[in-house]
Amino acid sequence: MSIPNDYFFTQTHEWVKFTDKGTALIGISDHAQEEMGDVAFVNLPDIGESFSAGDTLCDIESIKAVSDVYCPVSGNVVAVNDELADAPEKINKTPYDAWLVEIECAKDTAGLMDAAEYEAFLG
Amino acid sequence: MELKTPLYDLHEKSGGKIVPFAGYLLPVQYPTGIIAEHNAVRTAAGLFDVSHMGEIILEGEDALKNLQHLLSNDYLSLEIGFVRYSPMCNDNGGVVDDLIVYRKGEDLYYIVVNAANHEKDAAWIKSKLSGKVLFTDCSDDTAEIALQGPRAKDILKTLCDESLIPVKYYSFTDNVSVGGISCMVSRTGYTGEDGFELYCENNCAAELWEKLLEAGKPFGLIPCGLGSRDTLRLEAAMPLYGHEMTDEITPLETGLGRFVKLDKGDFIGRDALIAKGEPARTRIGLEILDRGIARGGEPVFLGEKQVGFITSGTMAPCLKKSIAMAIVDIAAASEDTALTVETRGKRLCAKAVKLPFYKRSK
Repeated sequence: MSIPNDYFFTQTHEWVKFTDKGTALIGISDHAQEEMGDVAFVNLPDIGESFSAGDTLCDIESIKAVSDVYCPVSGNVVAVNDELADAPEKINKTPYDAWLVEIECAKDTAGLMDAAEYEAFLG
Repeated sequence: MELKTPLYDLHEKSGGKIVPFAGYLLPVQYPTGIIAEHNAVRTAAGLFDVSHMGEIILEGEDALKNLQHLLSNDYLSLEIGFVRYSPMCNDNGGVVDDLIVYRKGEDLYYIVVNAANHEKDAAWIKSKLSGKVLFTDCSDDTAEIALQGPRAKDILKTLCDESLIPVKYYSFTDNVSVGGISCMVSRTGYTGEDGFELYCENNCAAELWEKLLEAGKPFGLIPCGLGSRDTLRLEAAMPLYGHEMTDEITPLETGLGRFVKLDKGDFIGRDALIAKGEPARTRIGLEILDRGIARGGEPVFLGEKQVGFITSGTMAPCLKKSIAMAIVDIAAASEDTALTVETRGKRLCAKAVKLPFYKRSK
């Protein structure tokens, strides 16, 4: 699966897509979903919760294990992807469309990798 | 350094995700994923490499006497060509391992043990043997492939003489030519489905694996990893050593009483089991009602009182429910009891349900 070139990435395999409305969508990379295996549950935060970059944002339970997802940016949650409650397998099938939360934040890519850097990071 | 089974190269070639397990490198899943592999076994068929299992032979005129002493089940009535399951207890009534025994000849028994316990079992059995009995560990020479699922027999009969396929569950036929490879074919398994376990020599295993996969393709057969092996056995409520039974959990406490024949005469652990009396705890099924999966070792509560612990848990792919097994106090074990499980700092609501979670229709 090719890595979308307008996305940014963390070393812990979350992706960030900055929108033009002063928010960022957060998800997990194809590599992360492949490591986890079939996803069974996603425990998303509530709208209005506030996170700093590096905080535990939510957890994802695969059949094998539970994994923490870390927040790549700082800000308040303005939306959560409710679709994932009934269709968690979207994270496996289309990891770059299956956003978890939308966070209000300015576009700040400090500490994040762009697509090319992430590809190199994966080796 | 982990060992490789004779099928290792084939697993790698077909994209198996390799993990260390019980001292071996084995695929936890193939690119199809655990859910697809699980469902293939429930609806068609799946192929598993279980070559890591240990195989031990006891032979001689005192072989039966030794089995009767080592194992809690009764082997006096086991006929040649049949298989019988048993826990193997320690002196305190806890479990050293659980295993299956094949009677291959008048005084010839073939024992299949868990890979994780293989060394421990071999040492334990050897230390307890007496009389005229010969112990042989043939694990390193033996490969085992499990063909499981409702289409397993249809697949097998394309490769061998149908009349040689064992008919009864827990029976076997030795020296069957399966696609030209000599196998012991056993109607056993660890998935809750009909199926077979095929034992052959290491050097034939890759050829057997490929022939079975090829023959099974039109029937929907796919290779499966350890991940689906675990979800399948859990749905079928089959116990796993180290989870549902340990050296401290007795067979009676984990619902295996029908494999403990206290009236057959003396065996290791019998006195301790009798002295303990009626078990104060038992194994139950849990359906997790909140979103989340309970994992082995997590505490189970009735109100604010801890009444037991989770032994295994998963998302059950067939049932589409989060399920678990637990060992709890008898008082908390009746069906529909409302319980909670503490997982990662939060409580999940659960209710006690009947085991097994899944039973195949015959």
